[in-house]
Amino acid sequence: MSQKEVDQVTGVETTGHVWDGDLKELNKPLPRWWLYTFYACIVWAIGYWAVYPAWPTLTGYTKGYFGYSQRGEVAKEVAAAKADQAKYFDQIAATPLDDIEKNQELMPFVMAGGAAVFGDNCSPCHGKGAQGGPGYPNLNDDDWLWGGTPEAIQQTITHGIRSGDPEAREMQMPRFGLDGILKPNQIKDAAQYVLSLSGHATDEAAAKRGATIFADNCTPCHGEDGKGNQELGAPNLTDNIWLYGGKEADIVKTIQTGRGGVMPYWTGRLDPVTIKMLAAYVHALSGGK
Amino acid sequence: MTMIKRAADIVPETAAAAEAAPGIERIDVTAVASKQRRESYEARQKVYPKLAHGTFRKVKWGVMVITLGVYYLLPWIRWDRGPSLPDQAFLLDFANQRLFFGPIEIWAQELYYITGLLILSALGLFLVTAVAGRMWCGYTCPQTVWTDLMIVVERFWQGDRNARIRLDASPWTFEKIWKKTATHISWLAVAVATGGAFVFYFRDAPTLAGEFLNGDAPAIAYVFLGIFTATTYLLGGIAREQVCIYMCPWPRIQSAMFDKDSLLISYRGYRGEPRGPHKKGQTWEGRGDCIDCKACVAVCPMGIDIRDGVQLECIQCALCIDACNGIMDRVERPRGLIAYDTFQNLDAASHHDRAPLRLIRPRTILYSTVMAIVAAIMLWAWFNRTVLEINVLHDRQPLYVQLSHGGLRNGYTVKILNKLHQKRTFQLSTTGLEGAKLAIIGLEAKNPKIDVVTDNLRALKVLVTVPKKELDDLKGSSTPFQFVITDLADGSRTYHDATFMAPNNEPNHD
Repeated sequence: MSQKEVDQVTGVETTGHVWDGDLKELNKPLPRWWLYTFYACIVWAIGYWAVYPAWPTLTGYTKGYFGYSQRGEVAKEVAAAKADQAKYFDQIAATPLDDIEKNQELMPFVMAGGAAVFGDNCSPCHGKGAQGGPGYPNLNDDDWLWGGTPEAIQQTITHGIRSGDPEAREMQMPRFGLDGILKPNQIKDAAQYVLSLSGHATDEAAAKRGATIFADNCTPCHGEDGKGNQELGAPNLTDNIWLYGGKEADIVKTIQTGRGGVMPYWTGRLDPVTIKMLAAYVHALSGGK
Repeated sequence: MTMIKRAADIVPETAAAAEAAPGIERIDVTAVASKQRRESYEARQKVYPKLAHGTFRKVKWGVMVITLGVYYLLPWIRWDRGPSLPDQAFLLDFANQRLFFGPIEIWAQELYYITGLLILSALGLFLVTAVAGRMWCGYTCPQTVWTDLMIVVERFWQGDRNARIRLDASPWTFEKIWKKTATHISWLAVAVATGGAFVFYFRDAPTLAGEFLNGDAPAIAYVFLGIFTATTYLLGGIAREQVCIYMCPWPRIQSAMFDKDSLLISYRGYRGEPRGPHKKGQTWEGRGDCIDCKACVAVCPMGIDIRDGVQLECIQCALCIDACNGIMDRVERPRGLIAYDTFQNLDAASHHDRAPLRLIRPRTILYSTVMAIVAAIMLWAWFNRTVLEINVLHDRQPLYVQLSHGGLRNGYTVKILNKLHQKRTFQLSTTGLEGAKLAIIGLEAKNPKIDVVTDNLRALKVLVTVPKKELDDLKGSSTPFQFVITDLADGSRTYHDATFMAPNNEPNHD
C-alpha cells in the first residue's frame, strides 16, 4: 500500500484491503494485555527450552538443564514405591507364616499384594478370583489335594506339581485303561463304585462289582474309605468336589487315561518372600485347612 | 409554566470550575466507569479514589480489620484432638481427606455438609441483597477488602488522590521511581502474606512456616503461594474495579435479587436537583442541595457517579455517603443527600410522600424459609451423623463356593470405619440366613472380637457358610440377609444389607 488510508468515521487507519467493494478493516493495534501475554509466553518458552528436553538434534535431543525425563520420573516413582513396600516385605520375611493372618497391620498389604501377584502369575489357570475350572483346582473351597495349610501351600507354589523341580509333588493317577491294567467293563464298575461313595451311583450292581476292583487298585492312594491322601495328592472321592468332573463319563475317562496336571514351580520366578505372601493370600481366600 | 433551571444556568460557568460552594473545591474528576463511557470501548482509565472520612469509612476499616484478622489468624488457632490427629482448629487436610473445623470433623464421603454450607451461604447472600443490596460486595468481598488494603499501601507511599495523579503525570524522576517501587514491593509483600495464609489452611501452620523458612516446604505449597501472591497482586493491586465490572458474575445476577423495597445506596435526586455550584449568601430556594462538587465521584473506588442512579458498577461501599455528608455539613444542609434508600421511598419522596420500609415481604420470607429448611436439614444430618460406617463387598469371583460336604460358602470383604477418637471393639454376626456360620480370616473361630483402632478403617475377609441341610431355605440364587455389627462397649447394633449367592438350581454334582 502506497498511501495510508484513514477511516473517516473513526479516524483510524485502515488495513487498505477492500472486501465486497466497500468493506474495510480498521488497523487497530493488538490489545496490550494480549500482546504482553504473548511476549510473556515467548519468554516462558525460551526458559522451557532451557529447562526441559526440547529440541531434536542429529544424535538425540537437548536434555534440558535438569536432565528431566518422564521415563526417569517413572523409574523414581517405582523405586520410591519399592522402598515403601520394603518394610512390609521385611515384616513378612520376619513373621512366621501362620502368624501373618493375625497381623492386623500386615494383612491389608498381604491381601492387596497377594491379589496383584496372584493376578499376574496364577490367574491364567486358577482364574481371577482363584475359582479354578476343570483341571485347575478352586482355591476358595475347603478341599485340598496337597494340603491346605499355609506351609503346604507355600511348598506347592515354591516347587510346583509334576513340574520338573527336584522337590516337586510327583505322584500321579495311573493310566488304568491305556496301560491295560483294567478292562473297559471293570473301569465302568469302578466308576460306579466311586460314584456310590458320594451317594450318586446309578447302577447298584455295578457299584458292588466295582468295590473289589477299587480295593485292589485304588486304595493304596485313595484309601480304603476313598477319602484320599494329601501326602500323595490323591483326592477325596467321597465329597462333592471334582477336579475333572463328577459324572460317570468323566470318572471313566479319569480311570482310563489317568490324570497328571502340572503346576509350574515358582522358585526363581518369584522371590521367597513374595511366595510367602502369596501363600498367606491363598490361604486367606478360604481359611485353608 | 415554569421551567426548572439547572443551577449551572444560574451560576456562571467560570465560577463553577473553581468552587462548588465557598471553600469547597469542585473536584476535577470524571466518572470513568460510567455508562456513557462504557459504550466507547476506551482503554481503561485509572481510578484514583480519594480517602473518605465518616461513619461508613470507619465501619469499613472495622470490617477490614476483622475479616483480614480472621483470615490471617485462623490457621494458627490450636485445637487438641488427641495424639493421632492434627491439632489445628481449621485445617483442610486434603492429604488425609479430612476437613477440620474446630469440633466438627468432615470425612471425604461427607462433603455434602460443605455443599449444604455453600447453599446456605448463597441463600444468605440472596437475603442480604434483597434487604440491603450488595452488602457483600461493598464490605466483605475479598476483592473489596484487599483492594482497600492495597489503596492504603498506595496512599502511604504516594499520598492521596491529587498527589497520586500528579505523580503519575510527572516524568520518571528519582522520586517517582522509588515511590512506585516501594508501592509495588509493599503490594507484593501483602500478596505473599495473603498466599502464605491461604496455604496454612491446608497444612499444619507452624510446621509449614518452618518449612518455608528452611525452603523445604512441599512443592504444591510453593505453587499455591505463587498463585495467590500473583492473583492478590494483580487483582487487588492492579486490576481492582475491573474485576468487579468485567470478571465477576455477581453484578449481573444482583439485579434479579433486589427490588423496589431493597435498601440501596441512592442519590436523592428529588432533593439534589437541579444541581450546581452554590455562592455565598445565595438562597437554597428553587435549586437542589447538590452543589456538584463531585466529592462522591472522587472517593468512588469504582470510578462511577452515584448521581446517575443504581448501576452495575456500583458495589455499594457507601463511601460516597460519607463524602457527601461531609460536604452537606459544610454547606449547612441536612445530611443524607446520598443515603441507603428504597426505590419505593425515592419515588414517594419525589411526590412529597413517604413509603415505609418493608423488610418482611414475599422475597425475604421465601429466602428465610428456604434457609431455615436447609439449616434444619443440615442440623438433622449432623446430629444423625454415624460414627461407624460399614461397607460390605461380595466377592466377585467366585460368587459362591461349593464345599466338600455339600454346603455353600460366600466370601465378603467387610470394611468397618471407626470415626470415633477411641478404639472400639465389635462383634460380627448375621441375621436372616438360617444356620449360617461365619468365619473371619485371621481371627479366632469362636465369637471373634474385632478391634478397630481410633479413626481408622479395618477391612476383614469374612466367609459365610450355609451347611447342606439348610440349603433348601435359601431363596433361589440370591438370598438377602444382614450383617450385624455389635459395638461391645454399649451393645449398639448396626445392620448392613448383604446377599448370599447360590447356584441357579439345586447344585448338580459335577
